[in-house]
Amino acid sequence: MTLTGEFFAFMSLALVAVIGGVLLLNLTKVIHMVVALVFTFVSIAGIYVLLSAEFLAVIQVMIYSGAITIMMLFGIMLTRHHGDDAEPKGGMLRKLALLLGVLGFGAAVYFGIYDLDFQAVPNTLHENNTEQIGVSLFSHYIIPFELTSVILLAALVGAIVLARKDDEKEGDQE
Amino acid sequence: MSSVPVSAYLALALILFCIGLYGALTKKNTVIVLISIELMLNAVNINLVTFSKYGVNPSITGQVFALFSIAVAAAEVAVGLAILISLYRNRRTVNIDEMNQLKN
Repeated sequence: MTLTGEFFAFMSLALVAVIGGVLLLNLTKVIHMVVALVFTFVSIAGIYVLLSAEFLAVIQVMIYSGAITIMMLFGIMLTRHHGDDAEPKGGMLRKLALLLGVLGFGAAVYFGIYDLDFQAVPNTLHENNTEQIGVSLFSHYIIPFELTSVILLAALVGAIVLARKDDEKEGDQE
Repeated sequence: MSSVPVSAYLALALILFCIGLYGALTKKNTVIVLISIELMLNAVNINLVTFSKYGVNPSITGQVFALFSIAVAAAEVAVGLAILISLYRNRRTVNIDEMNQLKN
């Protein structure tokens, strides 16, 4: 493993991503957790650039760092959060068991991937990346692409119906 | 050809997935659980893009799959937050332990 610019870029981006994730677990205020996760999302976009997926990096910044974060912030601001909830009894034991389970899962998967190495095949993903995605999307994956629009339409209409205030019933309750 | 081995990318995705899994299982706040699930989806997308470049058969297909997965994740967040707001309107709580209406 030689020390090159790509290596340094990967290490710094991975460090920021993992730090964002750890902060997500450790911070106490909900808003701070979401802001910590923005760092993770942006550095994952940088990782995509390293993997010659420039279009996907831009999409990641737009969808995750932009739209999903803002929607989460709206969800937080529309609900009330008590500053700090008291730890229930047996919470520590449960957390410890879950931590052991997750670490065991991580170790099992890491055992499978740590010496994984494929023969490097020269590829042309980095030239005209967006054009390649467009050609592939509209030649091989045209039916899933159209179905995605149906999914988005159904999900957004369903979200509006679920979150809408019921005027007449609301008047009865309050 | 590349100075970063493929296992490094996979290990990064594994670490992020484990963080998301732990957060989704332990956190009490429903918004944070949703965010942890997003983190897990992101880790899976890193895997897809990594194999699309360094896999046995590199092609653009992995990136297209990651695009579809991002679109579905966005729809999932919209529906999840709508359910959360609807639940909050009925129960006045976002604590995941108190959302047990199906038990009775």
